[in-house]
Amino acid sequence: MVDVPLGAAGVPPAEVEDVELYHPKSWLTHYVFSQDAKIIAVQYSVTALSIGLVALMLSWLMRLQLAFPGALSFIDADAYYQLITMHGMMMVVYVLTALFLGGFGNYLIPLMLGARDMVFPYANMLSFWFYLLAVVVLFASFAVPGGPTGAGWTLYPPQAITAGTPGLAWGIIMMLVSLMIFIIGFTMGGLNYVVTVLQGRTRGMTLMRMPLTVWGIFTASVMALLAFPALFVGCVMMLFDRLLGTSFFMPEIIEQGARLPYGGGSPILFQHLFWFFGHPEVYIVALPAFGIVSDLISVHARRNIFGYRMMVWAIVAIGALSFVVWAHHMYVSGMNPYFGFFFATTTLIIAIPTAIKVYNWVLTLWRGDIHLTVPMLFALAFIVTFVNGGLTGLFLGNVVVDVPLSDTMFVVAHFHMVMGVAPILVIFGAMYHWYPKATGRLLSVPLGRFHFWVTFLGAYLIFFPMHYLGLMGVPRRYYEMGETAIYPQSAHDLNIFITVMALLVGAAQLVFVFNLIWSLRHGREAGGNPWRACSLEWQTPVTPPPHGNFGKELPVVYRWAYDYNVPGAPEDFIPQNQPPLAGEMAGRTP
Amino acid sequence: MTIVLAFLAILIGIAAWWLSTQRIMSKPWLEIGVIDEPPAARPLPTAKIGLGVFLAVAGVLFALSISAYSMRLQAADWWPLPVPRLLWINTGLLILASAALEWTKAQSRHANLDGVRFGLIGAGIFTLAFVIGQLVVWRELVGEGYFLASNPANAFFYLMTGLHGLHVLGGLVALSRVTFRAFAADGARGDKIPGERGRLRLGIELCAIYWHFLLVVWLVLFALIAGWAGDFFEICRQVLS
Repeated sequence: MVDVPLGAAGVPPAEVEDVELYHPKSWLTHYVFSQDAKIIAVQYSVTALSIGLVALMLSWLMRLQLAFPGALSFIDADAYYQLITMHGMMMVVYVLTALFLGGFGNYLIPLMLGARDMVFPYANMLSFWFYLLAVVVLFASFAVPGGPTGAGWTLYPPQAITAGTPGLAWGIIMMLVSLMIFIIGFTMGGLNYVVTVLQGRTRGMTLMRMPLTVWGIFTASVMALLAFPALFVGCVMMLFDRLLGTSFFMPEIIEQGARLPYGGGSPILFQHLFWFFGHPEVYIVALPAFGIVSDLISVHARRNIFGYRMMVWAIVAIGALSFVVWAHHMYVSGMNPYFGFFFATTTLIIAIPTAIKVYNWVLTLWRGDIHLTVPMLFALAFIVTFVNGGLTGLFLGNVVVDVPLSDTMFVVAHFHMVMGVAPILVIFGAMYHWYPKATGRLLSVPLGRFHFWVTFLGAYLIFFPMHYLGLMGVPRRYYEMGETAIYPQSAHDLNIFITVMALLVGAAQLVFVFNLIWSLRHGREAGGNPWRACSLEWQTPVTPPPHGNFGKELPVVYRWAYDYNVPGAPEDFIPQNQPPLAGEMAGRTP
Repeated sequence: MTIVLAFLAILIGIAAWWLSTQRIMSKPWLEIGVIDEPPAARPLPTAKIGLGVFLAVAGVLFALSISAYSMRLQAADWWPLPVPRLLWINTGLLILASAALEWTKAQSRHANLDGVRFGLIGAGIFTLAFVIGQLVVWRELVGEGYFLASNPANAFFYLMTGLHGLHVLGGLVALSRVTFRAFAADGARGDKIPGERGRLRLGIELCAIYWHFLLVVWLVLFALIAGWAGDFFEICRQVLS
């Protein structure tokens, strides 16, 4: 038994200094220029989901072109590259990063830690408006002459700023400027998420009592703060190359017999900078998903999370390791083979903490009282999908296997499984889970079940066949196969099948959007704690929580966030702010 | 990229040390009751921690530019710039600004409001002079034909001094706010308004920390530009290969 001083019934109120809460004075400062983290979270989420829908439609257009080349007259090679670039960039940066950190981070960090708000609310508000400005700049690039950039989401120079790539005139500039605005905005938000975890925790909420969701978002925010500067530097340098004629990334280029004014730059330098950001970015998206899934599984299986300490350590270890694996995206860039060996090793080492997490999720389910609620369905689907995507990652992490598979549809299938479908499943699960807290009403269950099965099965029908296409050697980034007769008819048939599935799954998302809007008015009343969960956000006196979250006094935390089915307890869960029950200590043996 | 990795290793070391003080080995499922963290667990004001995290971010930004610089340095077409003499004067100005803020900090601890005002104005003037001096250096170099695009060494010089200058300007915004606060504060009244003097003192301390950071970054950048760091990189490269 660990010796912990027990708080008596009459503990003094929380000794965390009360933050100076800002008080909105008008409708405008209450709902639009709000400094309340919960409102900012909703603003972030709605914006990110809308961009997600646009990016989804862009992918439809790409799929239509791949299945029926030439059927849509407005898609030529240039337009196809523009679609690819915008789809990728939107999804990775403006949807996933913004939704997990800006959306869930803002909503859950203060509530789960028992804080009234973020520590720097004004910077938090600015963060959202910078994000919105970045989005506006990005979308404006659809309207400029020449259209958006078609450089691919990795924006590799020299092609990104050389004639022949669509969007050379304006698109690439808009893209770089938009990313820079996004990064500045994110830095303001990220400072908030990190410092709130460091300083804003209520009394008794030690780091090792934080729900894993907060651990995931916290670690991801730290990583994002350290990784995004690399993209920022890359953007600044490329902007200099494009606008001011420097040669940071541009080698000597002869174009149609004429020598361009560039010379001596290193395109590989950009790849290093880009992937120094780009690889941690994968985990910036994955770690919040890991954390959220841990909580969903524990709540809906009514069982404490297996190996909490290991889970925390694994999150931190993944965060640190992910900074030394970036060059596994560059195996075919002609780098020193010893570097390749080093990065393959670090890449495979990351599989260890990740596997620990998967085992712990499965062991949490083991002999649990599993409720197949909609959030739980999504959480279970995530585990399966993440394992699938992770296994193909082991293929691609090895240099000798990666080289032949590089730039094929196999890579597309891999990263969509692991970084596209898997986190999106968690986002859906989390939406179904926390929607009742944010609105006071539950989302419709039948609609949710329909949404789940179509999305889950459909995603597999889309991305599993892509692995086969990749193994056949079908390249990615080609807007049509053209006269390449080397691919059998089955490859073309498969392409049509994938496209039909993509259209169906995409359309099914409208059910989710409808559910979100419809349930706002007509959903079942949820009450304060519909899932009977332990963590603090479910213990607010009023639902949805008002400004200031916890009424007059901040809650005091007496236990960790996973006390489900404790023997002898009157209910099958004990909230985190529940003082020790009579005789409870005796029931716990190490 | 070795440089940025070295910088990250330092940050990870700090994070690991901090985590080790946070009962990371505890078994939360066995511990019920209020765990009061030791008073030393949260010793710093929130704003200071926020600044610390921001400095880590800015530090990565500069470490990355230096990394890129050192990778580019190896190419054959690198013609280093001459070091304008004015850069030495600018360096001196930035040191003076940093020292002035340190002095102001001491004055604020002695509750000497006049000294605080004097020190803040002094620091502001030195810093402004530094920024103007940097702009003059740019003009001089351009006048001598060292254009941004004519050589990678020039491009890196303008990029890094520009990035540093923008950070200085951002700092000046904060400094001017603190200065206004110092002038708005009434010596006698300041004692009566709880927290007012604390806020002023905190603002001065934050500025001082930020200025020292900018100074260190500048000294490193200056060493790079002046070419002293070239030998250092060479030694590192030989050790690593």
